[in-house]
Amino acid sequence: MSQTTHPEASSTSTKTPSGAHHENDDREYLTFRLGEEEYGVDILKVQEIRSYDTVTKLPDAPEYIKGVINLRGTIVPIVDMRLRFRMAAANYDEFTVMIMISVEDRIVGLVVDGVSDVITLDDEHIRPPPEISAGSLDTRFITGLGAIDDHLLILVDIDQLVGREGLALTDHAGTSQSTH
Amino acid sequence: MATILAVDDSKSMRQMVSFTLQSAGHTIVEAEDGQDALEKAQGGSFDLVLADVNMPRMDGLSLVRKLRELPSYKFIPILMLTTEAGTDKKGEGRNAGATGWIVKPFNPDQLLSTIQRVLA
Amino acid sequence: MSLDMSQFHQTFFDESFEGLDAMESGLLGLDPSAESVDPEVVNAIFRAAHSIKGGAGTFGFAEIGGFTHLLETLLEEMRSLKRRWSSEIVDVLLKGVDATRAMLEAATRNEPIPSPSDLEQRLQDILAHGTEAEAMPERQSSQPESDAADKGMTTWDIQFVPEPDVAQQGNDPLRILRALASLGNVTTHVDSVALKPLTEHDAETCPLGWDVQIETAASEADIRDIFAWVEDACSLQMTRRSTPSAPVAIAPAAADPASAASSPKEQGDKPASGPAPAAAAGPKPKKDSVSTSSIRVSVDKIDMLINLVGELVITQAMLQQRGAALDPVEHESVLTGLSQLDRNIRHLQEAVMSTRMLPVDFVFSRFPRLVRDTASGLGKQVKLITEGEGAELDKGVIEKIVDPLNHIVRNAIDHGVEMPADRKAAGKDATATVRLSAWHQGGNIVIEVADDGKGLDREKILAKARKNGVDIAEGAPDSEVFNLIFLPGLSTAEKVTGLSGRGVGMDVVKRNIQSLGGAVDVSSELGKGTRVTIRLPLTLAILDGMTVRVGDDIMVLPLASVVESMQVQPADLRSVGGERSLLKVREEFVPVIRMDEFFGYRGSTEADRNEASLVVVVEDDHEKVALVINELVGQQQVVVKNLETHYKPVPGIAGATILGDGRVSLIVDVGGLQRAARQRSRPIAA
Repeated sequence: MSQTTHPEASSTSTKTPSGAHHENDDREYLTFRLGEEEYGVDILKVQEIRSYDTVTKLPDAPEYIKGVINLRGTIVPIVDMRLRFRMAAANYDEFTVMIMISVEDRIVGLVVDGVSDVITLDDEHIRPPPEISAGSLDTRFITGLGAIDDHLLILVDIDQLVGREGLALTDHAGTSQSTH
Repeated sequence: MATILAVDDSKSMRQMVSFTLQSAGHTIVEAEDGQDALEKAQGGSFDLVLADVNMPRMDGLSLVRKLRELPSYKFIPILMLTTEAGTDKKGEGRNAGATGWIVKPFNPDQLLSTIQRVLA
Repeated sequence: MSLDMSQFHQTFFDESFEGLDAMESGLLGLDPSAESVDPEVVNAIFRAAHSIKGGAGTFGFAEIGGFTHLLETLLEEMRSLKRRWSSEIVDVLLKGVDATRAMLEAATRNEPIPSPSDLEQRLQDILAHGTEAEAMPERQSSQPESDAADKGMTTWDIQFVPEPDVAQQGNDPLRILRALASLGNVTTHVDSVALKPLTEHDAETCPLGWDVQIETAASEADIRDIFAWVEDACSLQMTRRSTPSAPVAIAPAAADPASAASSPKEQGDKPASGPAPAAAAGPKPKKDSVSTSSIRVSVDKIDMLINLVGELVITQAMLQQRGAALDPVEHESVLTGLSQLDRNIRHLQEAVMSTRMLPVDFVFSRFPRLVRDTASGLGKQVKLITEGEGAELDKGVIEKIVDPLNHIVRNAIDHGVEMPADRKAAGKDATATVRLSAWHQGGNIVIEVADDGKGLDREKILAKARKNGVDIAEGAPDSEVFNLIFLPGLSTAEKVTGLSGRGVGMDVVKRNIQSLGGAVDVSSELGKGTRVTIRLPLTLAILDGMTVRVGDDIMVLPLASVVESMQVQPADLRSVGGERSLLKVREEFVPVIRMDEFFGYRGSTEADRNEASLVVVVEDDHEKVALVINELVGQQQVVVKNLETHYKPVPGIAGATILGDGRVSLIVDVGGLQRAARQRSRPIAA
């Protein structure tokens, strides 16, 4: 699974177009698959997509944080979305990709089974998240539910999911080691 | 539009003076003390000299005296930039050969109009 | 024009802070009791205050201008020898520097500017007494009282006879007349009686005079202002006509001023060619002694440079790796090129790192003031000696070492140095000496604070430690006992003075220093003095590392922490209370940490325990620990990358680096590792 020589060469880096937030509250979403389910994330937060790369494990990290990678010289943590949503872990294959998300002033990579299209949904077609958890999902992380063709699209609240709280980054109040 | 030598040990003052005068179309050369100014004056030619009084190495009054010894600067307007507005200071300036003075703090308009007066 | 002054603010702030520093060091170097004081020093102090005052007024900081005007006035008296120096004056001026700094800092943050009214009062009191000097120079040029009710037009008769050499100050009567003309309606009559025939006339002189009648709405003050520059070089008479609107009689020979004042100014010397040498867009701040040339560069730019060079290092390491796989004969030129590249990049890296290096003097320079204030506040007499101020270290490290050093020096004066009477009684000089030194040692910089005070009392420390529940053997060596002062709560000072006793203890100092990758030590001799020694890495950005394999991952151990590596047999490991083991290394028993287990990479199996293990003994803060690893990979210089930028600090991990193959490798923080291991082996506290 790791074929990296120079990171740039190996990744299928797809830079996403800067999101167009249309007049009538349309938003663009990048859709991705986890198991049987389809999810969507606000395209404006997506920085790039890379093929799955060697991840260096982090000690003492929650299970869903797989480790860190080298993103063009910056150290970036990688979250396994299946594990984050408490689904069964997957085998990574050639479709497995990492979506690099930019949240707050942080970059985080999300490992997903595969990405599909970028779709546009306007607010009218989005239903609010369900009151109670539906299956494996924690409603905290859902901003709403949409529909593609007949599929349910679960819109992820990415800020919640991988922001400071979501990544349990605030629980460590140790000595700050700024080794910049 | 004139070529002006602006002498002041304070960089922010030089910047402000340069900016103001350049916007009016003049060409400015900066010097940071009397010695520097004297060298630049000898190496070039100016229509007007603006000099601060208190500077290291060579102060403004000494600069004026030395400039007046140079034939090409005998009649050039030299204005002192000074915060000291007492009459004895002015007298000193005139005795050294200064044309006049501008009292600090001055605003850009005052600077420009005084320059104009002297360059007309 | 309306000029946005704020574009000049930053430069004004920068140079003003520099000026304040110069004032401070000048004042500190002054001996008020000396016979005479170096006038150059006083001039320099004066000029600094003068510049700040001038700039403040110009750039819109009236309060700062007003306050510094007081300082400048006092300094003017000092430099013109109208007043004698005294320690009171030095003191009030130093306080003035502080107050000005505070005002400037508020200005940089766009906050309301604090008004030092007490200090202002004190300055004014001083200025009001003692000399015959004028209390405050007039701020405006003395203008005669302009008639308040000058509405409507007034007619003036002005007789203006400049001195013949008026032009020799660059003043041109023609200009003056033109300026006058701009104020209203003028009729001019020239008096050319003194004019010689042109062939005899000295072109550099002006023998003319003028009678001018002006009908103007301007005030008398405005009119006089036109002549301001020449008022002492001319005879000027102004008479107001009492009937304002009397028709002006046309003077017969209203000669055109232009022809009469044939501009004695020399015209010939104005060349058409372009002017002087290149404008000083980047002026060179010349130091008096050494002509150093420098430019200001923002720290961000330098950090970016360092990052880029770091990338180069990584790429080069990758190439090196590829190169190792090549046949050396076939690819000789490539390999030669690669090793050349290696050398070049190392040099480049050193050069770039050195741009961030600043002399330790940046930190040391604040101490004369601190020592003076602290000592006098406590009634003690202290002399400060600094050595090695030229030793350089990284700007980032400098910034972080300031607070700990502050605390250590304050501590030395507060708790170490005795009162002058006590010192005399002990046969010592009443004035204590605090010595601040810095020097390079290996890849580190060592900073030492030594005092000749009363030293540390071993018994007192032991007693206090025991009281705090610290277990320490009676016969423990001094070095161990003295280092107990770095434990929280172990201040043995009899009274906690406001200075150093307020919650910031030596334990925090030690933590701060450790977080920089440094170490601190204390040694002492009762009655003689104490010495605190700080060791710091020269830079935070690169590290000499030993790469080791732990499980499937490569980790980096800081080479500076590595003591030795060895193969150990299971028999060498003594188990202690189940999980922990100890390794006998020569005469010591060293705790053992299995790296792969510790970092959760994989559990160790029975098989592991029965096999020989590879161990690297590392040391931090005098404590050794034996790390069980899987393989020794190599040694290389690594660029330290921050984990916290996008993640968070991890206990036991100092940062990360990128290896030649692009993989991320974690760098071990030995001290943190030891602390974390201790935490884990303690029973869980609620």
